[in-house]
Amino acid sequence: METFFFFFFATLSIAAAIAMITSRDTVNSALFLVVNLVAVAGIFLLLKAQFLAVVQVLVYAGAIMVLFLFVIMLLNLNSEERFFSEFRIKYGIAFILSVLMLSLLVYAVADATNTLPVLSPDSAHIGTVEALGDTLFVTYILPVLSTAILLTAAVVGALMLAQRKNSGKKES
Amino acid sequence: MELDWYLGLSAVLFSIGVIGVLTRRNAIVILMCAELMLNAVNLTLVSLSAQMGDIHGQILVFFSLSVAAAEAAVGLAIIIAIYRNHLSVDITKINLLRW
Repeated sequence: METFFFFFFATLSIAAAIAMITSRDTVNSALFLVVNLVAVAGIFLLLKAQFLAVVQVLVYAGAIMVLFLFVIMLLNLNSEERFFSEFRIKYGIAFILSVLMLSLLVYAVADATNTLPVLSPDSAHIGTVEALGDTLFVTYILPVLSTAILLTAAVVGALMLAQRKNSGKKES
Repeated sequence: MELDWYLGLSAVLFSIGVIGVLTRRNAIVILMCAELMLNAVNLTLVSLSAQMGDIHGQILVFFSLSVAAAEAAVGLAIIIAIYRNHLSVDITKINLLRW
């Protein structure tokens, strides 16, 4: 059963990722990325990381992708023309580089997984909200507060960057 | 399921993200491909965390999520600022810092 769900979610996520990088319309790309993120959240559930699966759907597929879609529709972009017609050599080199990197990653993975210990039976409930919150707010309370500062700085910086300046060189 | 399958899926997703970053010309799609790669690394962390029975991998994923949110906000603000000056987000037309 787990095997079936793994292959279902894996196929869905890979297909959505390929569709994302090949679709001409930017809105379609964003929607395919949502599908991919939800599929990866399903794989998180298979790995018994329930809290992270919920956070993945809420934060990634919800908040961040709504931000992306909002910007795409705000900018009113045309879809890309001449997607594969020029610079074929450049695309070929990019593809070859990526395949090389993929083979390197798979080689490293296949080499390293034999050295890991076998699955301990008490690891079934490490992904619950209780266990994560316990570690997060006791051991890692300082990084959590630093994350709050980081997010505040990011929001202020985004406002500073995106606001319209009255004395800018171009009023558009 | 073997751990190898999860790590292999993560490697495939990461490589698809690399192909997208290298080939696409739309800056927003490039940012989305960067999100895809971050997500693939998160998958690696969660699968290794589940295999080792160690919760610290999932804690790292939590922080990675918040950094990804900050990165998306700032990156999209930069794209909006570029669009206001160039009326385009095509990275082949943005050459201010290129030689």
